[in-house]
Amino acid sequence: MNNIVIKTNNLSKIYHQGEIEVNALNNVSCEFQKGEFTAIVGPSGSGKTTFLNIIGGLDSPTSGYVQIADVNISKLKSSKLIDFRLHNIGFIFQAYNLIPVLTAKENVEFIMLLQGTDKEYRNKRTHDLLEEVGLGELVNRRPTQLSGGQQQRVAVARALASKPRFILADEPTANLDSKSTTQLLDIMAKLNEEEGTTFIFSTHDQRVIDRAKRIIVLEDGKIVEDKK
Amino acid sequence: MFKIIKIAWRNIWRNKLRSSVVMISIILGLWSGLFILAMTYGLNEQRIDGAINTVLSHIQIHNPDFLNDQKINDTIINKEFVLNSIKNTDKVYKFTERLISTGMVSNAKGSYGIQLTGINPDTEKQVTEIYSKLIDGEYFTKLKRNPAVIGEKLAKKMKLKLNSKIIVTLQNTKGDLTNAAFRIEGIFKTQNTIFDETTIFVRKTDLSKIIGLTNGQIHEIAIVGKSLEDSKLIANNLKNIDKLNKIQTWSEISPELGYAQEMMSTFLIIFMGIVLMALSFGIINSMLMAVLERKKELGMLMAIGMKKRSIFIMITFETIFLTLIAAPIGLLFSYISIEYFAKHGIDLSNFASGLESLGIGAIIHTYLPVKMYFEVSLLTVLVAFISSLFPARRALKLNPAEAIKSL
Repeated sequence: MNNIVIKTNNLSKIYHQGEIEVNALNNVSCEFQKGEFTAIVGPSGSGKTTFLNIIGGLDSPTSGYVQIADVNISKLKSSKLIDFRLHNIGFIFQAYNLIPVLTAKENVEFIMLLQGTDKEYRNKRTHDLLEEVGLGELVNRRPTQLSGGQQQRVAVARALASKPRFILADEPTANLDSKSTTQLLDIMAKLNEEEGTTFIFSTHDQRVIDRAKRIIVLEDGKIVEDKK
Repeated sequence: MFKIIKIAWRNIWRNKLRSSVVMISIILGLWSGLFILAMTYGLNEQRIDGAINTVLSHIQIHNPDFLNDQKINDTIINKEFVLNSIKNTDKVYKFTERLISTGMVSNAKGSYGIQLTGINPDTEKQVTEIYSKLIDGEYFTKLKRNPAVIGEKLAKKMKLKLNSKIIVTLQNTKGDLTNAAFRIEGIFKTQNTIFDETTIFVRKTDLSKIIGLTNGQIHEIAIVGKSLEDSKLIANNLKNIDKLNKIQTWSEISPELGYAQEMMSTFLIIFMGIVLMALSFGIINSMLMAVLERKKELGMLMAIGMKKRSIFIMITFETIFLTLIAAPIGLLFSYISIEYFAKHGIDLSNFASGLESLGIGAIIHTYLPVKMYFEVSLLTVLVAFISSLFPARRALKLNPAEAIKSL
């Protein structure tokens, strides 16, 4: 049975900073299986975020391609790609990036609304997810009324709401204190263990690295180590 | 779609100061635009009303030759037939007969060119309002012999008072110059100083004797309809009956009034264009700031799967909401101020002499047709909508990966 969720083939990304060419990614090929809990690590400028952006269809490679569920997303047009992301990829950002004018409940519900799901389903799933991340009591608070850790847990619930094939998290614990980091990691590990949710992180945080089942080390845009 | 509109609505209250600035600029833009329109409309209406009520009336009838060089013998052709036709024409309210002669008026202070208008005071009162513009004396009720009513400007220039004597030199029907003495019975003041300086009203019967016109011949018939809008209809009806005389509406007699109206319309279009353009730039600037300030958030929305069309709609709705809140307030302020100054007038006495030389009174009463409120409001909403397109389009050009990274 094919459990491959993501396959990258010779991914390269070249940026131009003025007249200087920067090789952010250099022929990166790898596969991610369903249910993985992967940390992508490396020093600043090693290409972690670029790699995640390309896997998530937020950026396009200079060469090579990304295949998700038999779809070469590197060839999709912008509008198709947005739709593909909506149904297949969940995102957790370093700065939480919730919609500030919506409550926790509305933030989680919003993505399902974009998917066009019915109200009853949305309400139930929103309720379940917020309970799961331990925010059942704070559903009507807006992001400014939540702590950083609570906001990031709403972001996790939002990422899960669309039932994506995998979740990409770009340094999700970077702005969190130890307690919030532990709570967040516990939630994500539980989701991974119990529901088989696939998580791919980029991180510097040793606490995240310690919990990861697979660690990919990037240096100068190349995979130098892939430990399982 | 409802959720996107809901987000747009909430977004406008995120930065209350910026939203207030946009709304205030819309309110001020709308108010200034409507108020200037009302002032200009009021000014023009006053000018037209003044001209119509002092001398023009709605329709005038002349011998076609009289209009060329005002020869004393070019009187109305078939007068009785014309008068009967007028009486039988629908929508005619009142009419009056006039004699017109140009000449010189003299006294010890000098001689000046004038137009002597011979009127029947009783019927003239039903057609024009000179009698109500008297600032001194009477309107042909006191003096038995050769009374005259003159304008204030001429009275001042010739240092004339009530009962002062003036000598008028005119040409009679034989082409000879003839003199006649008149006494000042009344002094009027209209909002047109040129008219006040060059017009003398006398009785038609007195003038006809002096210039030697017999059999009740006249030079002019002035008609008022039941409303100004009836002018064209009455004139056309009369034209069908009377082919010999020249029948003209007020705008044909005094085309400069029509030109002024056209000129003002053009001026108003330019003015409104400038106001709306300024408004448009204000909206673009503020909304563009709103977009750039929320780059990260917009990038996130694109990343999680919000379609560009939805983002476009959201930004556009933010501007539309601001306009829909501000426009009624602007309209209300405009309505209140326009109605206030319609009743009390705007006192421009400091510029009275300049305005009166143009036939405009020193007190301007604002006036704005109801349809203009709708048209300008619609235009404002339209401009706001168009202005929102640029920031919305700018939002679409954001690259989600870069936008998320931005501070």
